[in-house]
Amino acid sequence: MTQYDFLLALAVLLFGMGLLGATMRRSTLAVVMSLELMLNAVVLAFVAGAVRTGTLGGVAMAFFVYVAATCEIALAMALLVAFVRRRGTLDVGAANELGG
Amino acid sequence: MSALLALPLLPLAGFLVNGLLGRRLPAAVVAAIACGLPAAAFLLTLALAGSLGDGDAALSATAWTWAATDGFRLDVSFWFDSVTAVMCLVITGIGTLIHVYSIGYMRGDAGYSRYFAYLNLFLFFMLVLVLGGNLIVTFVGWEGVGLASYLLIGFWFEDPAKTAAGLKAFVVNRLGDTAFLAAAFVAWHYAGTLDFQALNAWFASSAGIGAGAPSVATALGVLLLLGACGKSAQIPLHVWLPDAMAGPTPVSALIHAATMVTAGVYLLARLHGVYAASPDAQLVVVVIGAATAFAGATLGTVQYNLKKVLAYSTMSQLGLMVMACGLGAWSAALFHLYTHAFFKACLFLAAGAVLHALHGEEDMRKMGGLARPLRFTFVVFMLGTLALCGVPPFAGFFSKDEIVWLAWAAPTGSPLLWAVASATSLLTAFYMFRAVFMTFAGTSRVEPAVRGHLHDAPPTMAIPLAALALGAVVAGFVGLPHDWREALHVGAPFFDRIEPIVGAAAVAPGRGSATVFAGLAVLIAFGGIALAWMRYGRGARDAAAGRPSSLRRSLDAGYYVDALYARLVRGLDVASESLLGRRIEPLVGRTSIDMVAGLGRAAAATAAKLQTGDLQTYLVYALAGLALVLALAWGAAHG
Repeated sequence: MTQYDFLLALAVLLFGMGLLGATMRRSTLAVVMSLELMLNAVVLAFVAGAVRTGTLGGVAMAFFVYVAATCEIALAMALLVAFVRRRGTLDVGAANELGG
Repeated sequence: MSALLALPLLPLAGFLVNGLLGRRLPAAVVAAIACGLPAAAFLLTLALAGSLGDGDAALSATAWTWAATDGFRLDVSFWFDSVTAVMCLVITGIGTLIHVYSIGYMRGDAGYSRYFAYLNLFLFFMLVLVLGGNLIVTFVGWEGVGLASYLLIGFWFEDPAKTAAGLKAFVVNRLGDTAFLAAAFVAWHYAGTLDFQALNAWFASSAGIGAGAPSVATALGVLLLLGACGKSAQIPLHVWLPDAMAGPTPVSALIHAATMVTAGVYLLARLHGVYAASPDAQLVVVVIGAATAFAGATLGTVQYNLKKVLAYSTMSQLGLMVMACGLGAWSAALFHLYTHAFFKACLFLAAGAVLHALHGEEDMRKMGGLARPLRFTFVVFMLGTLALCGVPPFAGFFSKDEIVWLAWAAPTGSPLLWAVASATSLLTAFYMFRAVFMTFAGTSRVEPAVRGHLHDAPPTMAIPLAALALGAVVAGFVGLPHDWREALHVGAPFFDRIEPIVGAAAVAPGRGSATVFAGLAVLIAFGGIALAWMRYGRGARDAAAGRPSSLRRSLDAGYYVDALYARLVRGLDVASESLLGRRIEPLVGRTSIDMVAGLGRAAAATAAKLQTGDLQTYLVYALAGLALVLALAWGAAHG
């Protein structure tokens, strides 16, 4: 197993953990953190690819992802504050009015 | 844009202006628009007719293609030949006169502009009907005149009886219209065309004969006849015409005497090639026409309502025209259509002048002795009556007696048919002079309140009356009988223009002299007049007291046709109520509606369970969708 394969496997593992966290954790804060984890896993995969091929494309993508992630976090924090103020809880299940 | 397309648009413009803005315009402007545009259309028709070449020359124009798919193409096409020209001249010429008459007749009516808008709308659709180059364009006009007729019969809609009469006309016409459409389907299915000229050519050609033309022609001919029965008030669909007299009298003159009711005759003449291919269909046409002519004439003898006498007379004369169509005497039918338009419009308008003077009184038992106060009206009514009775040299003599003669002399004519036509003539003279004697002669039975201010027609009504009376006198001279033409060395412009298109009426050899029969017909007419004189002329004495005879009662009830229809409809009503309403509908409702709805509701409830409202559930759905897309993409790339 080369170092690149190891890095990719690590990225898949991180992505899987983030996915599980986003779908299963009940705390909204934890869901957002899991989403960040998934993004980081993707960035890791990009960087590993860039180093392996010796090109800059993957590195550039990493920067784009971080810009998007920063924006996302800024929005997510605002939404979370509004959510907590309104519901008095962080539980995702508290917002289910659209249920059929 | 060709002049042909502009022709129907003129009255349409009048309809739009008066219909949309008429309420805000002064009455004089409304009248000027309503009469000016038909008059312009009349001048345009004259110009178009003048530009027609000899023989069967025709103008045609296509406005646009209405529908086109594989193997089917429907153009909004118009066709103008001499037959169309005659119809258009009658429609726009007599139509304009009746519009002018209406200015005086409808003065002060609350719906003045609405009335003229409807009248112009009628002219538009009537022109579309006669100008239409194929069955569908004609059908548009056919339906449109039905609509205008409905609107105008029920013009005074505050009166439920008048609204009901309009509805009756509409519903009865619907039956005929259905047959018309069925005829169009048959024509399309077998001949593959809806164009009049192409249809006539198809039935005349060997292609038609190879495809079993006689049976197709019979089916098509009978369906077209049924359509014509609706519009032209032939048995068994005649019941609406007497009731249609509920409309304003100029409407009765224009729509229910001169133009719309002749549309059926026009339709038959337009598709004369169909009947040429089917003697069976011709026979049906003859029987229907003769029966209607005779029945209408008999019913006319017992009416007390002046307008209904004229209505039954119209029905009877239309029967004669249809009979002539069945005998293959298309030119004679069209000639009678043309002269009849003049004298029947004249009679109706004169009757309208009487009604106007009597403040709407239509019952002849409350008239009498009007010849002196309404001298002018009396004279024009008399001229129209003489023309209708076939007294020479008035118009009806040439046209009606031509048909009576052909009932005997045509190859399919017979003594019996001649007897029926002659009896119709006799009755016609009888009921018309009965009406004249009851209305104008004898002692006055007018209500004392009205008697004081009887007034003759004002100028706007008198001028059209005079013009139509003139037409009733001279219109026949353009179509002198064959023998006269040879004797006098003159032509017959009417027949010279029409016969290249519809053919000359055939006369079987050895049927005697037309002149002798014309003399006989005149004798019969005078016989009818004498009968009326004996019964009504010497002091108005009507039906003997006591129980009326069964014949009289059946005549009063219109041969019970209305009662029969009422019973038929009531029977259907009961059947629909007890069987369909009480049994079938609840069953169908339970199965097809309630069960289907329940199924839908259950499915919705199940599907709604997927919608938990929980964010993470939706996330799983989205991821599952993504996984599916990726799997498919993977499969597509590596499969």
